[in-house]
Amino acid sequence: MATELKPADVVLVGVGWTGGILAKELAQAGLKVVGLERGEPRDTNPDFQPPRIHDELRYAVYHELMQDLSRETISFRNNLQQRALPMRQQGSFLLGEGVGGSGVHWNGVTWRFLPWDFRALSATLERYGRGILPEDATVQDWGVTYEELEPYYDRFEYTCGIGGKAGNLKGQVQPGGNPFEGPRSREYPNPPMKVTRAMELFRRATAGLGFHPFVQPSANMTRPYTNPDGVQLNPCVYCGFCERFGCEVAAKSSPQVTVLPVAAKTGNFELRTHCNVVRVNLSPDKKRAVSVTYVDLRTGLEYVQPAELICLTSYVFNNVKLMLLSGIGQPYDPVKNEGVVGRNYAYQGFTNAGVFFDDKIMNSFMGAGALGMSIDDFNGDNFDHSSLGFIGGANIAVYQTGARPILSRPVPPGTPRWGPQWKQATARYYNRFFNIGAQGGVLSYRGHYLDLDPTYKDAYGLPLLRLTFDWGPNEIKASQYLAGVLRRIVEALKPSKSNVSPLPERYGIVTYQSTHNTGGAVMGADPKTSAVNRYLQSWDVPNVFVVGASAFPQNAGYNPTGTVGALAYWAADAIKNRYLKNPGPLVS
Amino acid sequence: MAVKFDRRSFLKVVGGASLGALVGGGGKAQGYPPPPMTHQHPQAQQVLQRALAAHPQGYTFFNSAEAAFMEAVVARLIPSDALGPGGLEAGCAYFIDQQLNSMYGHGGRWYMQGPWEPGQPEQGYQLPLKPREIYRLGIAATNRYCARTYSRTFDRLSAQQKDTVLKGLEEGSVELGDLPARTFFNMMLSDTMKGYFADPAYGGNRGKVGWRLVGFPGVAAAYVGFIEQWGKPYEVDPVSIPDLLGGQAQVDEHGHPIHRPVARR
Ligand SMILES: Cc1cc2nc3c(=O)[nH]c(=O)nc-3n(C[C@H](O)[C@H](O)[C@H](O)COP(=O)(O)OP(=O)(O)OC[C@H]3O[C@@H](n4cnc5c(N)ncnc54)[C@H](O)[C@@H]3O)c2cc1C
Repeated sequence: MATELKPADVVLVGVGWTGGILAKELAQAGLKVVGLERGEPRDTNPDFQPPRIHDELRYAVYHELMQDLSRETISFRNNLQQRALPMRQQGSFLLGEGVGGSGVHWNGVTWRFLPWDFRALSATLERYGRGILPEDATVQDWGVTYEELEPYYDRFEYTCGIGGKAGNLKGQVQPGGNPFEGPRSREYPNPPMKVTRAMELFRRATAGLGFHPFVQPSANMTRPYTNPDGVQLNPCVYCGFCERFGCEVAAKSSPQVTVLPVAAKTGNFELRTHCNVVRVNLSPDKKRAVSVTYVDLRTGLEYVQPAELICLTSYVFNNVKLMLLSGIGQPYDPVKNEGVVGRNYAYQGFTNAGVFFDDKIMNSFMGAGALGMSIDDFNGDNFDHSSLGFIGGANIAVYQTGARPILSRPVPPGTPRWGPQWKQATARYYNRFFNIGAQGGVLSYRGHYLDLDPTYKDAYGLPLLRLTFDWGPNEIKASQYLAGVLRRIVEALKPSKSNVSPLPERYGIVTYQSTHNTGGAVMGADPKTSAVNRYLQSWDVPNVFVVGASAFPQNAGYNPTGTVGALAYWAADAIKNRYLKNPGPLVS
Repeated sequence: MAVKFDRRSFLKVVGGASLGALVGGGGKAQGYPPPPMTHQHPQAQQVLQRALAAHPQGYTFFNSAEAAFMEAVVARLIPSDALGPGGLEAGCAYFIDQQLNSMYGHGGRWYMQGPWEPGQPEQGYQLPLKPREIYRLGIAATNRYCARTYSRTFDRLSAQQKDTVLKGLEEGSVELGDLPARTFFNMMLSDTMKGYFADPAYGGNRGKVGWRLVGFPGVAAAYVGFIEQWGKPYEVDPVSIPDLLGGQAQVDEHGHPIHRPVARR
């Protein structure tokens, strides 16, 4: 029998970026908030201290800070005809686990989506007509606009101390920034990152082609910074152990160094670790959530935590899984094309170019998670698609995140994988290489979705979440076009050797691509095509909010967390300023 | 409460060789509070130093035939040549032996519940075998193949014969019965690379030969003052985790090693 605990005002399921932001906002508003996190507590000190944190094998190869798949994973297939099989090892994406979630070991690349992204469907119909979209594409507007989210982007960026240069201040295009971005109300809180040789080469090459390079806005601090909550962050030392690692000097904005300490200080936030939530319990009429059930992983015992308000902040996959397991909203059925929960899963597709130089060293082992130079000329609707037959695009960038040699040993195409020639090429090119990545947006399609696996179970006896996904025709066309752009940039760089790789025919779950999964509980204006309303509130169970990239109706050509953070602040404000005054549906 | 940035120690980080350049490019005062150095307890250091000096390295997973096989394999995958020592000298076989007795060898963080089906390549690894089982089966099967084909075990073959067998495994043309040869080969290759490039704390990369081959400095210093010096070589003696824990490398006040420049070749 599960033990029933004292009720709380709010329960958060998962304490990463979204859980952290809601913890702070709601605890500051005076609510009693309980954060349930399945993983361990961890912090800058002692967990991320050198020298142990500079261990590529443990953290980057064996994914020490990430989800233990022996307990829970997902299953995967490319299409409805296949049988889904479990993702037995981390690969294509790296799921987070533990306090801070993936925010602990993220890179810190921080973007705003374009105003266009939020009305991708209407804008496409206006400019190109329905004919440009694949027949089974289920692209839709977000139900929220860039202008509405702008203040919340600003909140996230100032909380994190993003270093960058504005490209558009209140409608005025600024030199040095991204001229394509939506208008921002003020400058970034900190100046841009340093510029490495690879970044400079890319800047010159792209500027020479008439494109508009700018230093990538970053959550790695460019100077000592005190954020609006009084939290201090230290300057980044460019140690190159960032992506997949926790930061030893608290120079990377992460939940455990920004929002969580502030939440804790209110005295209203209780963080419980090792607590794996298995279900949200609904009232008999299924119109109200009354509690969550969780397993304490230290004892195996079950607890019931009642609350007035329940926020799912457990990342895309478990947000959707918990909705499906709990009966929140109608599950999506791709055959009947009905239901919403699990609908519109999307991802990101990378088109890459590797450039090798015989005569230039890069000091590639120095770096920072979000140290890069970008162009945005080929993203969103920043270029004319009339004759191209696809919509959207990619940001194209060079990043120097720190080349650690177990995983980062580029050799020119045609080099054997072992033996003397491999050794020569490795010694020669380890430090004379960089990659140019085009991070492509991905549309949603009728057949790409999440549901419960009929066969495979997790350690709690619950079905695994099943992912059905492949590259769609829009992404394949876009990738071929972007490969052409990359070839022009490569030519301008004049490397000794190079290779350009467009998307493969099929999506595979084996090789790491990005942890930029989206959709499954998408936001929108119509309850027939969205699981949550514009405030991320469940249409069906109004005291449940589902926060994260699960709300993206399709994916843009940018890293997600700027927008995830903005949405978390936006939802928090809706809860504080609207929901609490009159608990119930915020949109009828 | 930011601690004032100490310019002197900042300069130490990149060593004397770069002082001149740094004064120009070092940037403004930047500070952060030094984290407490838990590993610098004086007694702990002595204990560690003794332990490291006496570190016994014996195979605890592989039997002698398996160890001979793996030593022969890593010596071909990463040969010793004019560029420096190879996989054998780096201790890659020992590294793999230790890994197979650890979480990795047991597939400890993999999802390992059935039912089992081969699936599509896009669906990834779908065998019920743990890495240690793959090695055990793969080594025995490859040795059987070598006995059939060359009348001796793999480790007794000529260099050329060894490469032929390894290529056969890599391409899947050598049949290992139930175990897919490529799965076995790819696992050996990837584990050998781990052993060559991982921190020496794990028993491979002895003498930091893997890091020396490519010029990787190991545990990172603060590179903030160097990273904008485009094209300037950063040639230092690599520093490992045991170097720091054992007190063989100096650290700055923030816990980052002070890299010592190596003499220019
Ligand atoms: C290696 C890596 C690099 C990245 N780099 C970038 C980048 O540069 N820029 C960018 O924009 N984004 C990046 N991301 C993505 C970014 O980390 C995520 O967008 C962000 O962390 C999402 O926040 P979240 O709160 O939705 O999920 P998370 O931060 O992952 O937090 C979810 C939490 O919920 C917990 N949880 C899940 N299920 C349960 C359950 N049933 N019960 C209890 N707790 C549960 C998890 O343990 C986890 O702690 C990166 C991700 C990775 C893995």
